[in-house]
Amino acid sequence: MPARAISGKKPKDLRFTLASLLSYMGRHKFLLLVVAVLVTVSAFANLLGTYMIRPVVNNLADGNTRTLLLGVLLTAVIYAVGVACSYGYTQTMVRVAQKVLFDIRRDLFAHMQTLPLKFFDTRQHGDVMSYFTNDVDTISDALNNSFAMVIQSFIQIVGTLTLLFVLNWQLTLVVALCYVVMFLYIRFSGKRSKAYYTRQQKSLGDLDGYIEEMVNGQKVVKVFNHESDNLEVFRAKNEALRKAGTGAQGYAATMIPAVVSISYVNYAIVAILGGIMALKGMTDVGSLASYLVFVRQSAAPINQFTQQSNFLLAALAGAERVFEAMRQKPEVDDGKVTLVHAENHDGKLCVCAKKTGLWAWKKPDGTLVPLCGDVRFEHVKFGYNAKKPVLQDISLYAKPGQKIAFVGSTGAGKTTITNLINRFYDVQGGKILYDGIDVRDIKKDDLRRSLGIVLQDTHLFTGTIADNIRFGKLDATQEEIEAAAKIANADSFIRRLPNGYNTMVTSDGANLSQGQRQLLAIARAAVADPPVLILDEATSSIDTRTEALIEKGMDSLMEGRTVFVIAHRLSTVRNANAIMVLEHGEIVERGDHEDLLRQKGMYYRLYNGMFELS
Amino acid sequence: MRSYDLHALRDAVGIVLQKNVLFSGTVRENLLWGNKNASDEMLWEACRIACADEFLNNMPNGLDTELGQGGVNFSGGQKQRLCIARTLLKKPKILIFDDSTSAVDTATEGHIRAALGALPEVTKIVIAQRVTSVMGTDKIIILDDGKVHAVGTHQTLLESDPIYKEIYASQMKGGDSDAGKSNQR
Repeated sequence: MPARAISGKKPKDLRFTLASLLSYMGRHKFLLLVVAVLVTVSAFANLLGTYMIRPVVNNLADGNTRTLLLGVLLTAVIYAVGVACSYGYTQTMVRVAQKVLFDIRRDLFAHMQTLPLKFFDTRQHGDVMSYFTNDVDTISDALNNSFAMVIQSFIQIVGTLTLLFVLNWQLTLVVALCYVVMFLYIRFSGKRSKAYYTRQQKSLGDLDGYIEEMVNGQKVVKVFNHESDNLEVFRAKNEALRKAGTGAQGYAATMIPAVVSISYVNYAIVAILGGIMALKGMTDVGSLASYLVFVRQSAAPINQFTQQSNFLLAALAGAERVFEAMRQKPEVDDGKVTLVHAENHDGKLCVCAKKTGLWAWKKPDGTLVPLCGDVRFEHVKFGYNAKKPVLQDISLYAKPGQKIAFVGSTGAGKTTITNLINRFYDVQGGKILYDGIDVRDIKKDDLRRSLGIVLQDTHLFTGTIADNIRFGKLDATQEEIEAAAKIANADSFIRRLPNGYNTMVTSDGANLSQGQRQLLAIARAAVADPPVLILDEATSSIDTRTEALIEKGMDSLMEGRTVFVIAHRLSTVRNANAIMVLEHGEIVERGDHEDLLRQKGMYYRLYNGMFELS
Repeated sequence: MRSYDLHALRDAVGIVLQKNVLFSGTVRENLLWGNKNASDEMLWEACRIACADEFLNNMPNGLDTELGQGGVNFSGGQKQRLCIARTLLKKPKILIFDDSTSAVDTATEGHIRAALGALPEVTKIVIAQRVTSVMGTDKIIILDDGKVHAVGTHQTLLESDPIYKEIYASQMKGGDSDAGKSNQR
């Protein structure tokens, strides 16, 4: 890993990063053109201002007051134009930069939301957040200042060299040689520091990821007295960041002194040689004066170029991570079947623009299939990784309105089945049919709109209680929200909260009990009113007395819907139409409660709490 | 309680929390939180008591299986069992289970309970929803609205306490046994 970091990224990645960045900037062509013009004018104004020393000094030597005054005035005007242009381009550039950053952040967030769960499951959340903060910040630094400055410096360097050549080509050969030495050094250390910048951004993300995890797991940290060990891990990560930072800044910091030293040597040599030439009459004094100022001044754009190119290097390292994330493949969604509002005209379904309460699947050929909630599994095979199959040859059907329960020991594959219905993952063999349509043909948004899920672990967002319930259906009215809360039996506890439905939920609902959170999740599903409902251990955190209280609400929520229930409590599943007993990814028993008890198989043993592990 | 040094106190108490948090890294790294000097045998022994050995044995990389942040690639019950194993490695004098087997099936929970019961010299405090989780304990405390409602063993409470009877009935009716309150040994 370190070897790879030192050698830097492959040039292909660099080209991709640059191309992506440029395409973002390309959206503001006009403003960038303005910047380019202003930068050029300002650079030329600087050059011309310095060049004016020659006629002014020569006029001074000639004693011509009128032309002297004119020359001084002209110089003043030139510098004034230069200053005005500098002001103009820095302001314009800031605007362009902020627009570009806005676009990048927007696209990154939008892209992130299309990524499969696997992306988030395999990364630390703090690291993902670091894309938006640290990495985007590096781009911001570079665009705000460095970009225009580097261009300006470049023009000035080229312009200076040209003018120097015009003024005195012999001396310019010496100057050019020094320039070459400087650039070779800048390139050498730039390459080095780029590798360190890349490592620095990675370390930053790593550190952020660690901090975020430990803040979240603070209770566990305290329970295990793990503070000092954490400090040690943190120290190591911090150290890695320090090293990368030192490397990056260290190389960067040597650039300027090196360049300055070389330019002093350059100046000394040129001054001596120029003096000799002037004494021998090979050049006029005015040219020499102007020339020497140019040589002195040439150090400034080079310094600036060097300094700003460091920001650009850091930005490239950040941009690399940002665009790498944007290059991640989104969830596959080639479904063409969509969900539409429908109307019944004399027994025939028609697409309807307004809400009718009646939904239908619209196939690509235009035919409509009513949304009923008929789900079938046909020989489904699946594994999270190729080596370990989780489900093998699962076949089952759930007719509209039926309640299907899954029971079985932990890790038997119950949650996996529901992950497949949702298409968090795709089947590897066989197929799942929803109202006769392969779920892979249904557009993901629409598929998920037709499913309601209540998970064991409820995620609440910062906002009011009402907002959190509204998450199930964004355009729900207050009445709908309260009705849903009543179904879930959450209404009474919500009313007892200090601000009722407007009580704020903070940091994932830490101010609510597990049971209350679960009730909110059930209300959230109720307000969405989906034809198919998945309850994955939805009541496991609620004590049985409370569960008995919400049973009525749950019953009315489940009425008329196809329901998949996963539960450990057999009390939750016994009134299901069909119970599937899963073991090692296979359905080993199926039937209703009475059937299964009669079979005296695994369900019987589970029911009597005497199940023996193999 | 407050006169104890916080570090020493927390060292002597093991808590398995309701919301189990695992960190990114391998299973081994997570278990080592309990005791960073634990040998492989000690790790497996803790996993055996927590009934985590069976699923770990089925994983190609065993103890070196990678966990995503929060243990996303393990099921709820598996995570709870890893959390129990992690706490056992601390070898605490007092073990607190805060509703920590809610996602584990009743049968597996029975095994864990039996294995824990065999641990000598450890005070166990169990907070649970299921009656079966607590009925084998020495003392059961029923809490209601923040007050101690009743104290007793499974038998005495079943005879005398209406709330316990109600809880018991609501769970036994369903077949497997659930819910409940707090208890202590």
